[in-house]
Amino acid sequence: MDFQVVVLAGGVSKKLLPLVSKELPNALLPVANRPVLSYVVELLELSNLKDLIVVVEGKDVALNVGAWISGAYADRLHVEVASVPEDVGTAGAIRAIAHHLTAKDILIVSGDLVSDVPVGAVAATHRRHDAVVTALLCNAPISGPLESVSSGGKDKTKKPGRYDLIGLDPTKQFLLHIATEKDLRIQKSILRAVGQIEIRADLMDAHLYAFKRSVLLEVLDQKSAFQSLKHDVLPYLVRSQLKSEVLLNGTPQAEENGTEKVNSQSNQQMISQILANASEPTFHLRHTLGTIGSDSVRRAHKCCVYISGSSKYCARLNSIQAYNDINRDVIGEASHLSGYSFSAHNNIIHPTAELGAKTTVGPHCMLGEGSQMGDKCSVKRSVIGRHCRIGANVKVVNSVVMNHVTIGDFCSIQGSVICSNVQLQERAILKDCQVGAGFVVTSGSEQKGEVLAKK
Amino acid sequence: MDIRRASHPVIDPKVRRVGFFDQPEPESPHLPDTPPPDPVSSVIMPPPRLLSERTAAVPVPESRFRRHELDDQVPIGSYNPAQCVFRASPTASITSSSVGIIDGEFSEDCSGAGWFRGSELSFPDGGLDLPAVKPHEVLAENRYDDAVNVNNLRRVTEKKHETVKEVSPDTPSVSQPLKAKTTKAERRALQEAQRAAKAASKANGNSAVAESGKASPAKSKKQSSQKKDGPPVTSSVTIYKKSGNHPLEKERKKDPPPQRMQFDDQNRVEKAKRRALVNQTEARNRVEIFRHLPQYEHGNQLPNLESRLFQLDSMHPAVFKVGLRYIAGDISGVNARCTEMLRALQDAIIDYSTPPEKVLIRDLTAKINSYVSFISECRPLSISMGNAIRFVKSRIAKLPLSYTDTEAKTALCSDIDRFINEKIIIADKVIVGHAITKIRDGDVLLTYGLSCVVEMILLSAHDLGKKFRVVVVDSRPKFESQALLARLIAKGLSCMYTHINAVSYIMHEVTRVFLGASAVMSNGTVLSKIGTACIAMVAHEFRVPVLICCEAFKFHERVLLDSICCNELGDPDAVATVPGRMDINYLDNWTNKENLQLLNLMYDVTPSDYISVIVTDHGMIPPTSVPVIVREYGQEHYIT
Repeated sequence: MDFQVVVLAGGVSKKLLPLVSKELPNALLPVANRPVLSYVVELLELSNLKDLIVVVEGKDVALNVGAWISGAYADRLHVEVASVPEDVGTAGAIRAIAHHLTAKDILIVSGDLVSDVPVGAVAATHRRHDAVVTALLCNAPISGPLESVSSGGKDKTKKPGRYDLIGLDPTKQFLLHIATEKDLRIQKSILRAVGQIEIRADLMDAHLYAFKRSVLLEVLDQKSAFQSLKHDVLPYLVRSQLKSEVLLNGTPQAEENGTEKVNSQSNQQMISQILANASEPTFHLRHTLGTIGSDSVRRAHKCCVYISGSSKYCARLNSIQAYNDINRDVIGEASHLSGYSFSAHNNIIHPTAELGAKTTVGPHCMLGEGSQMGDKCSVKRSVIGRHCRIGANVKVVNSVVMNHVTIGDFCSIQGSVICSNVQLQERAILKDCQVGAGFVVTSGSEQKGEVLAKK
Repeated sequence: MDIRRASHPVIDPKVRRVGFFDQPEPESPHLPDTPPPDPVSSVIMPPPRLLSERTAAVPVPESRFRRHELDDQVPIGSYNPAQCVFRASPTASITSSSVGIIDGEFSEDCSGAGWFRGSELSFPDGGLDLPAVKPHEVLAENRYDDAVNVNNLRRVTEKKHETVKEVSPDTPSVSQPLKAKTTKAERRALQEAQRAAKAASKANGNSAVAESGKASPAKSKKQSSQKKDGPPVTSSVTIYKKSGNHPLEKERKKDPPPQRMQFDDQNRVEKAKRRALVNQTEARNRVEIFRHLPQYEHGNQLPNLESRLFQLDSMHPAVFKVGLRYIAGDISGVNARCTEMLRALQDAIIDYSTPPEKVLIRDLTAKINSYVSFISECRPLSISMGNAIRFVKSRIAKLPLSYTDTEAKTALCSDIDRFINEKIIIADKVIVGHAITKIRDGDVLLTYGLSCVVEMILLSAHDLGKKFRVVVVDSRPKFESQALLARLIAKGLSCMYTHINAVSYIMHEVTRVFLGASAVMSNGTVLSKIGTACIAMVAHEFRVPVLICCEAFKFHERVLLDSICCNELGDPDAVATVPGRMDINYLDNWTNKENLQLLNLMYDVTPSDYISVIVTDHGMIPPTSVPVIVREYGQEHYIT
């Protein structure tokens, strides 16, 4: 179908800091005991997209990611892992691999997307409108009261500012405005052309874009200052959609020039007129056609959106809060994403896991391979990784415990993330904490909303 | 509307066919296994144009001569007697005391016989004119006179009995007395010829019979066209000769169009579903009489197809895009749909490369077929699109084998370009040129729906400075005309906008009706957006001329008598809701009501009675002349 797929897997994000490291980059962060990248890869595989380019920041990270991919998908997929220098941004990453891109359209997916939105639908929308860029929008995660209670103070302060302001046309097909902060300056020309703009704050940009390759590369080429696709390239394209400077190629005009026939210009005009009249005129068309009198020909390009249905799950793992939420959802309401089959009790307990007497594992829980639990433990809505050793009388609620974690007796963990190889000594109480890999929590310590990591 | 159609036998080929078959029927006792009239020979025109309608009955026996002669080259002797006998007929027939002469018929019968002879003769001699033949004829007469007489004498008695016998069982037939009135010699000749024809048909076996039978509907159509505008004798002979030389080839080419998928046939629907690329669920509560048409649940088609974008590897992106746009309803209008489809096929051809060990002609045809079936799954193809596809396929089939891939591809692309150019663009310009002459100052023009040709006509008439008003009639549920209206107003035309309900009121001030068409059938009926027939009927009633503007590539050789068999069903939800009126919600959840069926029909058929003229790129023609265009120019798609 002439699409190329680029997965931007990132490197080691600062936002996820205690959890990620060079050894465990963003892409390999486990969600329900599976690297988060695998969700994207499998989503693409489901759409029969088997040729991927995975772009990773940093050489060491690239080695790790590459090793994992070749181990997991060697037989099924054809994946190229490209490493780019750190801190070049998403736009820089695409610039770096530009010479690999040959297809007509490029599908750019963020590696931290956990979703079941059909990728084909985005691509099809892109094709149908012959758009320059098509973005996938999904419903922004609802920050319900329950989460705000359980989430740490840090996240609370971050949350309110983090929504996208998205302007749509009345048919909800075209993107007219996009801004991250409270930037509501809308261009008059667009408003005049469309007549009506719907501004929404409940939608989230899922970082899945279909770009027309020629346009994307041209923009990246001309605007060397652009760092990020979302913050620079996309708003630029949206802003300039009615005074298009890009796409001298890739439009129908170019195709018509290609077929060098005796066709007079008027014939071509007539054809386009017939085609234009046959379809419902979009505001782009009305705008370009509205200038027949004036000498300067206006050109427009289309920026489309695909809004995922409310039944689809779509989330990005870009914060610790999101990490908690996604983990909970994947073994909870969006359990079909995890790829595991759930037991009658609505949880997953690996057959090799050992449970002590009177230990209960509630619904929406996951217990990894070879983990042992002592007596009288209780696990609720949590993920516990592989080969953990958990003592007696331990409570784990709303938490993620990664692999090879040792937890002593009488510990209580709530709303926390415990990374691999952490040692929790007896009677440690953690609430809303993130514990970095290899950290040792001393016995009896009581922490709330802290980030604990090795210096 | 049905009554109207039935009362119009001149145009309706079905009625005409009855006329052809009825009158010579009494001959069937002679030849119980007579094949149906041969399509090839039926193309021939009677030489004297002044012959009345009745003579139409004659070609049937005559055709038999023709055919047997064609099929197995019977020696000349077998029909020469007939000729000499016919020479004598004017005198002899008067004296003949055979059974039941109806005097009124007499002269006609004679003329029929005379024509019979003339055309008969002209064939073997390579189209000699009547006067030139005369001496030769006389000679022949003399030579065979004796033999004929002897034969006659021998046969007179039995012959008489035969004719009497024939008359008694089927008295109502008119042609019976006609036969009886002929001389013995004539009868003898006829019989001999029939015998020969019978032998020929037997020799040829059933295959020939079947073949001619298959092709006959198409041919009878042709014949009817010939009747009206056929060229005089000489040319008819040449046509005849041409077709006579390659009768089989022609028949094969004229295979009846493949039957459309009937969606009330459970088995076939199941099969088609398995093949289908687009998952569609069939709608419930379908209207009984339209069950044979495809109808799917709207709404979930597009997301279904969209999400499968990457699964459909075999589909070319351009084709897929067109399919998407069809299913989403982004493009409507036959011209636009056809152009888009051709463009997509062009793109697909450009990107095509022949796989190893395959032949381009075969493989590409298969590919195109799969594309077309995909497109028609997205939305049923219109008839003119079928013509365009046939054109593309015939171009592929005609590619020389020696062509390389690139040569073939460039040839095909330029062919498609040419098709778009000639059949749509230039055709439209020519139509505008023709139609504009019919617009005078002070006219009030009515148009309905959204036809790009009509729009061009109106705009260019306005540009020429003609003073006229336009009445734009629209209808639910699509309100397509509003776009047209907006463009007309923007250009400064004075317009009036109304809905189809008001057409009978507005019609009395209208002086011309300009309508577009989706297809024109060879019996002159026009397939167009639903409501067109109503407009045309009202206009007819008010004596307002109705001009159909339609490119010739939309002409089709098929005959359509009603709007039922060839139609398209739209989204029934569109008629269930009223835009802008949330309070009218009586039809919400209509699918759950067992005893309710909604019908949103897309096309209807306008009988040719209501149409004054069809403006096409070959000029302005009456609807009865459509078959001529189909015959004379239809093949152009395939041959040039």
